Amino acid sequence: MFTIVAREEMAAGTVILNEILAPSIAAKARPGQFLILKANEKGERIPLTMAETDPEKGTVTVIYMVVGKSTELFKRLKVGETYQDVIGPLGQPTHIEPGKNVICVGGGTGVAVLHPIARGMKQAGCNVTSIIGARNKDLIILEDKMRLASHELHVCTDDGSYGHAGFVTEVLKEKLKDGGVDQVVAIGPVPMMKFVSQMTREFGVPTMVSLNPIMIDGTGMCGGCRVTVGGEIKFGCVDGPEFDGHQVDFDELMLRLKAYAAEERCSHERCACEERGAQ
Amino acid sequence: MSATQTPRQAMPEQEPAVRARNFEEVPLGYTPEMAMAEAGRCLQCKKPACVQGCPVNIDIPGFIKHIAEGELDKAIGKIWERNLLPAICGRVCPQESQCEGNCLLGRKGEPVAIGNLERFAADWEREHHACVLPSSDDATGKKVAVIGSGPSSLTVASDLVLKGHGVTLFEAFHKPGGVLVYGIPEFRLPKDIVAAEVACLESQGVKLESDVVVGRTVTVDELFEQGFDAVYLGVGAGLPKFMKIPGENLVGVLSANEYLTRANLMKAYLFPEVDTPIPRGRRVAVLGGGNVAMDSARTAMRMGAEAVSLIYRRSRDEMPARKAEIHHAEEEGLHFELLTNPVRYVGDDQGRLRAIECVRMELGEVDASGRRRPVAVPGSEFTVECDLAIVAIGSGANPLLPGSTPDLPLNKWGYVIADSNTGKTGKKGVWSGGDIVTGAATVILAMGAGRKAADSIHEYLTWGW
Ligand SMILES: Cc1cc2nc3c(=O)[nH]c(=O)nc-3n(C[C@H](O)[C@H](O)[C@H](O)COP(=O)(O)OP(=O)(O)OC[C@H]3O[C@@H](n4cnc5c(N)ncnc54)[C@H](O)[C@@H]3O)c2cc1C
Ligand SMILES: Cc1cc2nc3c(=O)[nH]c(=O)nc-3n(C[C@H](O)[C@H](O)[C@H](O)COP(=O)(O)OP(=O)(O)OC[C@H]3O[C@@H](n4cnc5c(N)ncnc54)[C@H](O)[C@@H]3O)c2cc1C
Ligand code: SF4
Ligand code: FES
Repeated sequence: MFTIVAREEMAAGTVILNEILAPSIAAKARPGQFLILKANEKGERIPLTMAETDPEKGTVTVIYMVVGKSTELFKRLKVGETYQDVIGPLGQPTHIEPGKNVICVGGGTGVAVLHPIARGMKQAGCNVTSIIGARNKDLIILEDKMRLASHELHVCTDDGSYGHAGFVTEVLKEKLKDGGVDQVVAIGPVPMMKFVSQMTREFGVPTMVSLNPIMIDGTGMCGGCRVTVGGEIKFGCVDGPEFDGHQVDFDELMLRLKAYAAEERCSHERCACEERGAQ
Repeated sequence: MSATQTPRQAMPEQEPAVRARNFEEVPLGYTPEMAMAEAGRCLQCKKPACVQGCPVNIDIPGFIKHIAEGELDKAIGKIWERNLLPAICGRVCPQESQCEGNCLLGRKGEPVAIGNLERFAADWEREHHACVLPSSDDATGKKVAVIGSGPSSLTVASDLVLKGHGVTLFEAFHKPGGVLVYGIPEFRLPKDIVAAEVACLESQGVKLESDVVVGRTVTVDELFEQGFDAVYLGVGAGLPKFMKIPGENLVGVLSANEYLTRANLMKAYLFPEVDTPIPRGRRVAVLGGGNVAMDSARTAMRMGAEAVSLIYRRSRDEMPARKAEIHHAEEEGLHFELLTNPVRYVGDDQGRLRAIECVRMELGEVDASGRRRPVAVPGSEFTVECDLAIVAIGSGANPLLPGSTPDLPLNKWGYVIADSNTGKTGKKGVWSGGDIVTGAATVILAMGAGRKAADSIHEYLTWGW
């Protein structure tokens, strides 16, 4: 029945963790795969990556940033309450090549998606350097877990309130200059993935990004998640969500993500009003 | 007055100007008096040609006779002998090319309105709950997994549960019904009717597990490991086709699957009462000429579009949509841009669709499909202004399930190969039918395939492979 068994607020309540009972999904899930969740009858189908799975307990964990109506509804669910629908595991699992020198770059909630990948790579005998960042100290998530999943960890904040002052790309550039990097994994806001990919292209380092196009079914049925990769149309939900960052048309993705901006604002405002009305 | 002289009872319908702006059902249904009058036109032929035209061989004169005599409970019982989804079939079957297309009366005048009568009998039953469903045989202890919950799967489930087998339906979406719930709009097939027909199956013991993507959540082989004795694949043809022309990823270009799923399954036409948004085009272009195109175009109309054009590359005669739907669409003010082919989408600097560049076509030689092939007229390019384009040019086989079932033989287009008489595939214990075998077809053909497969599965469970 997709019951929430644990709940945590991170990053000053803007990022929420839900551990959800979903045994058949937990039994199958692999790093890099995602779920589609629906809060209630009228809710939208929303994709979220699995940050953690526990096949023994039969649970899956999602960590999401509260950005609009649906994530706001998700945030309001308490332990013991249920998601009406949880579908998965969807998408291709991360392809991990053992024994490589890898830099994992994560921004914002992207760190939640990055963590199982970094951990998987470390377990596969890769040498993992991670660089995570956020706007300020309060918004840094999973620092301890990332430290465990990496051989070396760098933390950056845009405003300099913690760790390195500045963008993750600045630290990345130094590392790339040092050389010896086999692969970069970048997960975070689209502009960040775009800039990381531009930088690694100059250094000729293969780069994997995890894309977040707008999705509905998540099974290749609607084509709403179309992204252009290497001049070809791919479906984010079945061909991805991970792609070669050097081939992705990020500008197109950013435009497509704005397709429903007006409607999303309307939904969010109504949601806020309902909240106030209820109080 | 002889039967041939009585005119066919016209179906009462919502006024075009009114219905073009609401999502309520267009045809309103017969009154009992109209149904009896229409039923009275049937000649009760000794060798009924109508039955031969019906893919599941409903005893058509049989059920019509009961209606004519006012025995409505018996009428629905007669239909149920061959078809457990009459409220759906009565609404969406292409009767003009099946039962009604064969009806003797049609040779001189108008055929009996078999579809309308079937719908009437089913609706009467749903409102009165007057009949007892057929009872099941003793439990056999065998278990069958039915993947998907479209018309083909629903038929397999109902046939097998009646024979005493344990049946579980696995559906990827959060609601059962397949295209009946995510594709065909409310104004043509109200969703509570689908829900009622599914509930009727559940009341007979069929188990439903939604939110299960077979191939991801669980594989076919794992279902066998879990103790299922046979598996039926009725997963439909859910892969949207695009034209592969420039500009296809502009905001405002959607597959019909996406548009209709938002509208029907997610009820986005009620936004913001529900959370899923849908683009509200001011000027909408729909590409295609089949049922899917008609449904998309008529939905766009109801979403408040100022103008909706249907762009189709052949002429009106070749349009594959049901005649009734073409007629309805036209009455509702849809504009047909025939013998026209899109060549390029044009966007603005925000990546949003602004227009489609098209070229005029003319019909050339007859091609393999038996239709005259459309060829572009050089220099005839023109643009259709639009802010929403819905691509309804067909769908292919979704590779998700076959891709996770490596020993399942497929043809070169990715469809499952299944025997047309039994539905048996090349993998032991696995049957398949409906759109995933034939390519996009019709509700009743999917049901017909389901019926044959159910017979074959029953034989297997009783006697072995
Ligand atoms: C494969 C995948 C994995 C993801 N994993 C995570 C994750 O682990 N953590 C996390 O915080 N976010 C994740 N996202 C993004 C998350 O799905 C969106 O933030 C969420 O849908 C926002 O919904 P909303 O109603 O709260 O916001 P809205 O107000 O509706 O929209 C805010 C923004 O979210 C995006 N969005 C809206 N609807 C959808 C949709 N149906 N599908 C995808 N994006 C949408 C758009 O960019 C939009 O501008 C993932 C997205 C994808 C595709
Ligand atoms: C918009 C539209 C209008 C139409 N109008 C008409 C009409 O008027 N008359 C008519 O006769 N026909 C019409 N058709 C065609 C008709 O609906 C189809 O031929 C018929 O539904 C096919 O039935 P099916 O059982 O093969 O599959 P579908 O109805 O496609 O159902 C397949 C089901 O399987 C599920 N599924 C897919 N993959 C998986 C998986 N891996 N695991 C679990 N579940 C899965 C899907 O979610 C879906 O629910 C129309 C089709 C469309 C799209
Ligand atoms: S062919 Fe027409 S007239 Fe003859 S039995 Fe069938 S419906 Fe009646
Ligand atoms: S979300 Fe529908 S095809 Fe990817």
